[in-house]
Amino acid sequence: MKKTINVTVNGVSHQNEVEPRMLLVHYLRDALSLTGTHIGCETSLCGACTVLVDGQAVKSCTLLAVQADGSKVTTIEGFAADGKLHPVQQGFWEHHGLQCGYCTPGMIVAAAQLLERNPDPSEEEIRHGIEGNLCRCTGYQHIVQAIQCAAKKMQSKSAVAR
Amino acid sequence: MAEKLVGQRLKRTEDPRLIQGLAHYVDDIRLPDTLHAVFVRSIYAHARIKGVDISEATKAPGVVAVYTGKDVAKVGPVPCAAALPGLKVPDHRVLAGNKVYFVGHPIAVVVAHDKYMAKDAADLIQVDYEELPVAMDEEKAAQGGPVIHEQFGDNVAYKLTAGEGDIEAALKSADKVIKQRILHRRLAPIAMEGRGVLARYYPGEQELTLWTSTQIPHLARTQIAIMLGMPENKLRLIAPEVGGGFGSKLNVYAEEALLGWISIQTGKPIKWIEGRRENIQATIHGRGQTGTIEIGFKKDGTLTGFRYDVFADMGAYHQLLTPAIPTLTGLMLSGCYKIPAIQMNVTGVFTNKMSTDAYRGAGRPEATYVIERALDLVAADLGMDVVEVRRKNFPAPSEFPFKTATGLFYDSGNYEGALKKALDMAGYPKLREEQKQARKEGRIMGIGVSTYVEICAIGPSAATPAGGWESATVRVEPTGKVTILTGCSPHGQGEETAFAQIAADQLGVDVNDVTVIHGDTAVVQYGIGTFGSRGMAVGGTAVYLALQKLREKANKIAAHMLECEVEHVSFQEGKFSRHGGKAKTGSVPAPVVPDMEAPAGALPQPHPQGKHVTIQDVALAAHIAKNLPPDMEPGLAAIHFFEPKNFTFPFGTHIAVVELDRETGETHFKRYVAVDDCGKVINPMLVEGQVHGGIVQSLGQALYEEVVYDDQGQLVSGTFMDYALPKASMVPWLELDRTETPTDVNPMGVKGVGEAGTIGATPAIVSAIVDALKPYGVSHLDMPIKPEHLWRIINQKKTGAA
Repeated sequence: MKKTINVTVNGVSHQNEVEPRMLLVHYLRDALSLTGTHIGCETSLCGACTVLVDGQAVKSCTLLAVQADGSKVTTIEGFAADGKLHPVQQGFWEHHGLQCGYCTPGMIVAAAQLLERNPDPSEEEIRHGIEGNLCRCTGYQHIVQAIQCAAKKMQSKSAVAR
Repeated sequence: MAEKLVGQRLKRTEDPRLIQGLAHYVDDIRLPDTLHAVFVRSIYAHARIKGVDISEATKAPGVVAVYTGKDVAKVGPVPCAAALPGLKVPDHRVLAGNKVYFVGHPIAVVVAHDKYMAKDAADLIQVDYEELPVAMDEEKAAQGGPVIHEQFGDNVAYKLTAGEGDIEAALKSADKVIKQRILHRRLAPIAMEGRGVLARYYPGEQELTLWTSTQIPHLARTQIAIMLGMPENKLRLIAPEVGGGFGSKLNVYAEEALLGWISIQTGKPIKWIEGRRENIQATIHGRGQTGTIEIGFKKDGTLTGFRYDVFADMGAYHQLLTPAIPTLTGLMLSGCYKIPAIQMNVTGVFTNKMSTDAYRGAGRPEATYVIERALDLVAADLGMDVVEVRRKNFPAPSEFPFKTATGLFYDSGNYEGALKKALDMAGYPKLREEQKQARKEGRIMGIGVSTYVEICAIGPSAATPAGGWESATVRVEPTGKVTILTGCSPHGQGEETAFAQIAADQLGVDVNDVTVIHGDTAVVQYGIGTFGSRGMAVGGTAVYLALQKLREKANKIAAHMLECEVEHVSFQEGKFSRHGGKAKTGSVPAPVVPDMEAPAGALPQPHPQGKHVTIQDVALAAHIAKNLPPDMEPGLAAIHFFEPKNFTFPFGTHIAVVELDRETGETHFKRYVAVDDCGKVINPMLVEGQVHGGIVQSLGQALYEEVVYDDQGQLVSGTFMDYALPKASMVPWLELDRTETPTDVNPMGVKGVGEAGTIGATPAIVSAIVDALKPYGVSHLDMPIKPEHLWRIINQKKTGAA
C-alpha cells in the first residue's frame, strides 16, 4: 500500500512512492541519498535529525514521510548557497562548534531557526533554544559562541541590506 | 624550525565536510544490493534458552537468512586483551548459546533486503526463556548468590592487590584514619553516532572489507581476522568518519565480526546500524566501582597512607579491556600528593549486565575522585581549608620526576602553579567571604576544588596489552603536496588539522597542502589508535619524528642540487639555502640527455634558483630521480614508529562554585574555573574543546547520568528520556586557562588533554555541593547527586524526611 508523495527538498521537487510507515529521515537518507541528516536516538530527544519542514525545525525521526507530502524541506545540504556557507555554518567553523560532527547538521538547523525567531539572543536564550539538540563532544560552549558569531554576521548582513 | 602554525587557533580542515552534511559515517556509505541486519536480543538478564523458533521469521517477506548461536559457532570468541594473574575469562561467543547473561545479549540476527523487513521479521522470532536468578550488585555477587558462569563456581573474575609501602604501618602511624564508602555508578559513554558496521566480501579476491565505527582500526582488524579465521592481510578495515567514541569504540564487538561472517556467507554487502536503545544495552559502559577508602594523616594534614578496597563491576563478559580498567585506578591513587604507602585491593566481579570497559578516563577518574574526596574529608576533619591540605602534600617542582607509591614516575609538574592560577582566576578568598555572607542570608553556597594529575600518552608498550607506540608516514608527492598517514585514527579530536599544523611548520608548506589520512588499514601502515589522551603525545610525535627523517633526506638531496655539502645547507620556510662552502665539482658526469621540448602533461623539471631550492623542487627531483646523490633511494617519504619511554602526567586545578536551590534541590553553577596543564599546545582551540567536552561529561556524571538496572536486571535507563545527558542549558560558562609545563617524554613536550575534563571536574563539582551542605552535617555524597536527594537533605528538619 505505497503512497505517492511530492516533496520539495532543498529546492528540488521529488515524487516518490513510499510505505506509509517510512520515517521522513529514512526518506531523506535512503530515497534521496541526502545523508547529512543523521539519526541519533529515534525518539526525537537528541535532535541530530533536525530539518526544516515548511520553515519549521522538526525532528525527522519522528515524522512520517507521508506527513511531509506537499511540503518544502530544507536539510543541511541546502544551507550553503552559491558556494557560500550559511552564517551559522561559518560560525560553527570559526568557533570550533563541532568535534565529531555527528550532531552538527541538526544543531546548525536548530540554531538557524533560533536566530530566525530571535536575531539577537542572549547566552541563556541560546542555551535554552538548543536544548532539544544533544552534543556529547563540545560541552556546548563553542556552540554558544558559534551561534553568537552567526547572529552578528546575520545582523550586519541585514544592516547592509537595509 | 620556526613555529608559525603550531600554537595557533587554526580553524579545522575537517569542518567544511562536517558542517555541510557531506561527511561519510558508516551509515552514509551506500553499496548496491546491501542487505540489512537486525539483532534479536535478550529481554532477560539471566535465562536459559530452551529454544529459538525462527520458522516464521525465515518465511517473512524480504528475509534472506536468520542465524542463531549454533549457526555461528565457527566464529571465534570476542577477545579480551587484558592479562591479569588468575583472570577468569568466560567464552564470549558472538551470539548466545544456551544461556543469556544480560539484557541486550544478542541471540539471533535477521538478514533482509531492507531494515524495515528485517525488523518485522525479528519480531516474529520466538525465544523460549527459562528465567534464572540474577546477580546484579557487584559487592553482593562477589560474596555469593546466583553464579553467572557456572564453570567458575563463583562470580569473582579476579582479585588483585597493588601498591607500594607498608600500608598497615602507614595507617597505624597516622594520627587519624578516616574511612568512607564511595560509589562510582555505571555510565553510558553515548557517542552521538552509535556503533555501525558495513561488510562486503569479494569472493574472487577472497577479501573482506569492513567499515566500522571504531577508534582502533588496526587492532580491530587483527582481532576480527582471528575471530573469522581469515588471513589478516585479506581483511581491510576502514574507520570512516567516526561520530564520537569516548572509549566505547576502543573495542572489538561481536557484531563487527558477525557482519563480516554474514557477508562471506551471503556474498553480499551487509549493514547493521545500532539503535540508541541497543547502544545503551549492548555497547560497553564505564565506571561501576563500589569501594571503601581509608586515608591516614597527621594532625598537620600530612598524609601517611591511602587504601582503596574496591569491588569492580565487570558485567557478564570481558570486552577488550574490561578487567584492566580498575588497574588504571590503582596506578593513579596517589593523585598529585606525596603518600608514602598506597594499597588497592580490587575484586573484579561478574554481574548480569553489559560489560564495563574504557569510558573517557578509563579507571583514572575513579582514582582522582577517591583521592580528592579523601583530601576533602581530611580537610573537614582538621578544620583546614581544602586548598591548604592539598598544598601541604604537593611534591615541589624540583622533586620531579616524582616517584609514587603506585610504582609510577611522574614526568614533570608544577601543581602549585596551576592551583595558584586557578585560585587567582576564581578570586578564592573573596569567594569564601561571599560564602560566609550567603550562609548568613540563608543561601546554600559551596566551593569545590580539585587538584588532579592524570596518566596520558598511553603508553609505553611494556605497559599496554597490544603495543603502546604509534606510527606515521610522511610523503611529499611529486607535485609538492604533503601526505601524512597516521595510525592514530581520530574520531572528533581534530588530528587532521593539528598534525597538518606540525607538518606545515616543519616543511614550510601551506597547511592546505597537507592531507592527513587515517583509518584505512589498506592505506595506512599498522597503528594503534586514538584513546588514552595519546593522539598528539604519541601519534603527533610519530608524525613529528617522521618529518625529521624526511627532512634529513630532503636536506641531502638539496645539498646535491645546490652542489654543496649538507652542513652548508639551511632550511627555512620551505626553502633550502646554501651558506658558504665551495660548490662541489661533480665527480660523476651528468648523463647526457637529448634536449627536447617537454610534451604536454610532462612534469616540470626541478630548477635550483641559484643558492636556493624549495621543498617542492626537492620532492620533484626525488621522484624524477635523474640527479640524486649516489646510492640514494628515490622518492621522498619517511615512516616512523614512535615508542614513548614513559607516560605523561598532565595536571591542573578545577574550581566549581555552586548554589543549591532550597525549594527544588537543584544545583546551580555560579562559576566554573579550570586551569589545565597539558604541556605544549599545538592548537589552543582544540585543547579548549577537549576540556569543555570533558568537563561537561563530568558534570553529567556528578549530577545526572546513571545506567540503572532494576533488581531483576532490567535496564530502566534505556533511552534519552531516562539516561540524562547534559543539555546546553544545564551547563555553566566555563572559564579556562592553562599553565605550560613541558615534558621530556617526547620531543615536542606535549602531554595530552583528551581526558583532563572528565578527571578533574567530577571531584570539584561534588566537593562544591558537599561544601555547600557542610552546615547540614554532610561530609560526602554519592553521584549522581540528584535534586531530590539534595532537597531531602535541605528540608529534612522541616519535613522529617532524610
